[in-house]
Amino acid sequence: MTHKWIAATGLAVAAGFVLAGCAGGPDSDDQPSGDKVEITYSVWAGTQTPAMQEIIAAFEDENPDISVELLELPWPQYWSTLQTGAQGGTAPDAFWMLAQQIRPYAQGGQLLDITDAIESEGVDLAMYPQAVLDLYDQGDGKTYGLPKDFDTNGVWYNRSLFDAAGLEYPADDWTWDDFQETAAALTDPGAGVWGVAAPLDYQGGYYNSIYQAGGQVISDDGKTARVDTAEGIAGIQFWTDLQAAGSSPTLQQLSDTDGETMFEQGKVAMYVSGAYWALKMYDNPDIQPHVGVAPLPTGVERATMASGIANVGFAGTKHPDEVKKFLLFASGQKAAEIQAKSGAVLPAFDFTETSKIWMAAMPDFTDLHVFIDAVEYAVPLPVDGNAAEWQGLEGEYLAPAWNGEVSAADAAKAYAAAINEVLARD
Amino acid sequence: MTALLASPARRPGRRAGPAGRVDWWAFAMIAPAFIGLAALYLWPFLSTFFKSFMDIPAFGPGEFNGVKNYTNLVGDDAFWRAFRNSALYTALVLIGIPIAIALAALIQQISRGRGIYRVLFFLPVVTLPVAVGMVWRFILNGDFGLFNWVLSLLGLPGQYWVADDRFTIFAFAVVGIWMGLGINLIILGAGLQGIPEELYEASSLDGAGRIRQFFSITLPLLTPTIFFVTVITVISALQMFDLVFIMLGSINNTALAGSKTIVYLFYEAGFVQFRQGYAAAIAVVLLVVIMIVTAIQFRLQKKWVVYD
Repeated sequence: MTHKWIAATGLAVAAGFVLAGCAGGPDSDDQPSGDKVEITYSVWAGTQTPAMQEIIAAFEDENPDISVELLELPWPQYWSTLQTGAQGGTAPDAFWMLAQQIRPYAQGGQLLDITDAIESEGVDLAMYPQAVLDLYDQGDGKTYGLPKDFDTNGVWYNRSLFDAAGLEYPADDWTWDDFQETAAALTDPGAGVWGVAAPLDYQGGYYNSIYQAGGQVISDDGKTARVDTAEGIAGIQFWTDLQAAGSSPTLQQLSDTDGETMFEQGKVAMYVSGAYWALKMYDNPDIQPHVGVAPLPTGVERATMASGIANVGFAGTKHPDEVKKFLLFASGQKAAEIQAKSGAVLPAFDFTETSKIWMAAMPDFTDLHVFIDAVEYAVPLPVDGNAAEWQGLEGEYLAPAWNGEVSAADAAKAYAAAINEVLARD
Repeated sequence: MTALLASPARRPGRRAGPAGRVDWWAFAMIAPAFIGLAALYLWPFLSTFFKSFMDIPAFGPGEFNGVKNYTNLVGDDAFWRAFRNSALYTALVLIGIPIAIALAALIQQISRGRGIYRVLFFLPVVTLPVAVGMVWRFILNGDFGLFNWVLSLLGLPGQYWVADDRFTIFAFAVVGIWMGLGINLIILGAGLQGIPEELYEASSLDGAGRIRQFFSITLPLLTPTIFFVTVITVISALQMFDLVFIMLGSINNTALAGSKTIVYLFYEAGFVQFRQGYAAAIAVVLLVVIMIVTAIQFRLQKKWVVYD
């Protein structure tokens, strides 16, 4: 009996090897053709893809011994694919990172430390906006990536709808009250037009107004939520007031059709968001001639959220040196110029200079300087702890305030408690 | 598995080869399938089970924390809400079975072009779920959706079907029924063809009409197939994730918070919140729930399923 068992097991194990061999076949090839080092670069799909391909081509020209493969993933799958890839050791060699996602990856040792490459290549960190560098600083003295782009917020508005309502275009120094009044005046239920889209949105929405009210989202030490302070509540109320006044489509309507689409359809007259929509609107002939940009309104003070995507590398890569080289290139001057010229996004590198190229890429949009001027009062996006997790809870706790079911104060209080619970786990 | 493999050796009289020896070639032949099963199902299952008793960070090893994940789960309102959502969805999707039975019986009556109907009903099954979700999002849109337009023609008020968490589960159920109809039709159609033609001939000689035949012959003799369809429908409904993800997850949809199913909660815990131990506990609880529900169904089948 025993020897038969051994025979059967042996065969089974052999079959296992055969299977494993089959499965590993195509991937286990470490020596790509032509002795080139192949690295992969993962991004989420969108308007930036052509610029990324151009950056890769430029990099390959300078480094004929390295070839870079662009892996484009749809946004909804991007983070789960990255996470499983990192756990299984098969993550892409280089990939885009967001500040609200970096913490678990950095803490878990999944990111390539590029501090040495920055020193040896003599990269001048002063060329990058400090607000974005701060976003990715994990406080461990290491640099995991460099920002590739930068975004601030402004108010996209539809000139024709302002004209139709007989309103002046927003002034540079307009206030919260001006904003609320303008939104109400632009609203025309008969024509199916709302003054503004007031979605439940952190980066393009209530975070800005919380800082404009003089508040904070998270305390400086990163341990406590501050959305339930008087200033935090005022910032939230800025949006719930717009909802209560009927100046915005309801949350349900904005969940069915997002605010940006409604803006492009001419259904909302104002849409608060970042510079990253510029190219999409520029390429849409229906909306392009009507688009204007105004700065965010001033509350107690001026403020806008600032963020940006960083290029980072996978700690488990087989080719760390080549990946570092690529990361520095993809966040460097030439890549910044390519991105600027494409119009898809405002580059982070040498912001004041490359942003001119970006503006020149869309000459018919004459207000784009608003996004660059906003750098003066830009605040880094709060990303303490597992930010993606506590940000993900906003719908549950804050939507009732937007829907007018609870007060902004009550919603803020409940949400603050939920954030604190997440921060306590960090 | 061990018992299954070992039993032939213990009872050589029953399964041994002609020469009275155990035919180990047979084991060798099933080994690839067994290894595949072990690697792809058994190992992940065991690993999930162990992980459910651990606290695991996003990356790196975790540590044992006893039944804390389970006690947290019981105290988590979000879990109970997801549980209710999944239960409601499952109950609603079961409505699809009588619809499938009626349609299968009708298609069976058609003498020509039966295949065309089957193909038409089967198309949703082979359509990409992403495309299905997009199309239904559009149909169910609160402001310019086709569905609300039809309702308005009937004088009924429209709703934000996929943007208001009072209605989202119903919207999922409509899409779920529509997507599952094709496969149920094929299975029930096969069951119908297994019913002997003579029974219909004999009953019509006895003066039974079409309706009477359906309820007295077709339905009782179809019960084993209906039972099978019910069991797999319930299991897949309890595991529903894709419709939530596709129909609500792609944009900033505030109805998502109140529309999560158990598996969506699992996804969120594991892939957004990086709480893998907690996610594993959700998966284990779901497995137990499915096992209990299925066992109850097998118990109840004695009361209504006709085996001849």
